[in-house]
Amino acid sequence: MVGTKTRTKANIALRGPAGEPILTVRDVTVAFGETTVLENLSLDVRRGEILGFVGASGSGKSVLLRTVLGLIKKRAGRITLFGVDLDRASEAEQFAIDTNKGVLFQHGALFSALTVLENIQLPMREYLDLPPALMNELARLKIDLVGLPQDAAVKMPYELSGGMIKRAALARALALDPAIVFLDEPTSGLDPIGAEEFDGLVAKLRDTMGLTVYMVTHDLDSLFSVCDRIAVLGQKRVLVEGTIEDMFACDDPWVQSYFRGKRARMIDGGAFGSRPGAAA
Amino acid sequence: MLNEADTEASPQRPAAAGEPEVLARREGGALAVALSGEWTTRTIGKVDAAMRALESETGISALTFDLAGISAMDTAGAWIVQRLAVHARIAGARVAIAGAGDSARTLLGAVETLAQKGEQAPVGRPRPAFLRMIEGLGRLSYRTRDQFFIAMHILGAAIRGSQLKIGRQRAVSPAAIVTQIERMGVGALPIVMLMSAIVGAIITQQSAFQLKNFAGELFTVDLVSVLVLRELGVLMTAIMMAGRTGSAITAEIGSMKMREEVDALTVMGLNPIGVLVFPRLIGMLVALPLLTVAAHAAAVGGGILMAWGYADIPPSVFIQRMHDWIDMTTISSGMFKAPFMAMIIAIIGSMEGLLVEGSAESLGRHVTATVVKSIFLVIVIDGFFAVFYGVIDF
Repeated sequence: MVGTKTRTKANIALRGPAGEPILTVRDVTVAFGETTVLENLSLDVRRGEILGFVGASGSGKSVLLRTVLGLIKKRAGRITLFGVDLDRASEAEQFAIDTNKGVLFQHGALFSALTVLENIQLPMREYLDLPPALMNELARLKIDLVGLPQDAAVKMPYELSGGMIKRAALARALALDPAIVFLDEPTSGLDPIGAEEFDGLVAKLRDTMGLTVYMVTHDLDSLFSVCDRIAVLGQKRVLVEGTIEDMFACDDPWVQSYFRGKRARMIDGGAFGSRPGAAA
Repeated sequence: MLNEADTEASPQRPAAAGEPEVLARREGGALAVALSGEWTTRTIGKVDAAMRALESETGISALTFDLAGISAMDTAGAWIVQRLAVHARIAGARVAIAGAGDSARTLLGAVETLAQKGEQAPVGRPRPAFLRMIEGLGRLSYRTRDQFFIAMHILGAAIRGSQLKIGRQRAVSPAAIVTQIERMGVGALPIVMLMSAIVGAIITQQSAFQLKNFAGELFTVDLVSVLVLRELGVLMTAIMMAGRTGSAITAEIGSMKMREEVDALTVMGLNPIGVLVFPRLIGMLVALPLLTVAAHAAAVGGGILMAWGYADIPPSVFIQRMHDWIDMTTISSGMFKAPFMAMIIAIIGSMEGLLVEGSAESLGRHVTATVVKSIFLVIVIDGFFAVFYGVIDF
């Protein structure tokens, strides 16, 4: 579809049939000095899916996320988001991409000097020309969508609990109704009930807003319950990519121990652990 | 991000066709609103006013939306539609929404709950200006009082608290104090000396220039040495330390406060004031007088050089004259002020640091407050000393 577009305006492929790749990572290599963190890594994120991204601590999950977001420079490879090669995006395309992606950082990264409401309004204020009353309404709508009480709007970030920070940060990530959101360990530091609620919230938002979700996570519950597909990072590349059944079919020892360890078996009631590779 | 006609609209429509539009037709009590174009966060700014204006239509018994022309909708677009719908429903109209696709229906459902909660009153209505002024004055008075008590508390706790480590052999860690002295004193030495030398030279040049009119260039020596030793040496050093070290104390303690490190100390049974404030207070009490001595030397040195080059007073004459004129009183009256100024800077720096709240802005505010307050108080206390010395004829 890239070929058919005229490139005069920022024609980025925000919408399209579900299931086609919205983000493609091809042969990406990232290294710091002598240390290669990612080598010839390829990954597809499909439109409308929730992709869970797992890997051992220190394997480079966050590095990949930050590379995709443009916070870390890659040595080689190509990253295409919304059908635009990020290295060759024009200024208008880059702008359109920036306003159509949302990021939930691991620790929220809410601006500590602004209230929750102002945090959510910041991208609107910067990018859009909206009347203040409408911005207030939209910010409150986002607060409502992520399940925060309305009185959280006037609170400062340091007055919020961990779970509320995650929700507020998600509301900010959703401020411009992005097409794709990147979540960095969204359920870390939440209690199991809070984590489950958050998973449900992500799934609900995906359904209502037609989001694509790229979720770095360690939470087996999230992987089992909301992720459509899972990608496993190991040995500097994507070891295996697919549904939860594919994970059980994979014979990589790390993947095996991750998905068939004691904790995993407890979650799925042993159904998968006892029947590796069985289709659910 | 949703698209009613996913496949056909792909790859993209021309940009101009994306403009959202509202077409409202009123027939008696029935209002038909046809919407078209792209209703997303990026575009709805243009129709917000039009949709809000429709809210003021009165006497509507039936409101019909036709969403068939909408090419894309997100939560913001859905909100604007739902806002009008709920408003009309509350006003007693029958509302029908036609032509909505699956995704639009989902979106409209998702935003409905908030729309029904009705308009939320804007938080914090502004009060009249004069009331706010009085309120500000009152808050300032109370804050000043509170901060005075906090400062006294810190002073007391630093002295008393450092002794209160039950079960430990040493009350204070000498290493921490030495580190502080090194950072506050040795680190500041070059800049304090340079600044003092320049100030000494400037005063010398100015006074020599003025005294030349009375053919009394030699009095430059008296003027400069008294001025530097009694007032300027310690004052300039204290001001430099307030800017350099006072702010650092606030930033260090403040960021520890932000990251709960102060709380961590408390739960370990350590008194944060004893651990954090006391070494800095002692460090300052040692460093500032020593720096003042260095500043005196540098300022007089700058004065000697300037007098030699500008007013033809040879160094030997300068030193001889100083020797005759300056006695211990002059030197000690300046030096005596140093520990008081050190204490002010260290206590204000620590107090502001401990008052830092969670935000980066708060840290910045308190660092600023440290510098402003300590410089102000240092100058005020210098004035008190001048009056005091005058009264006791010191």
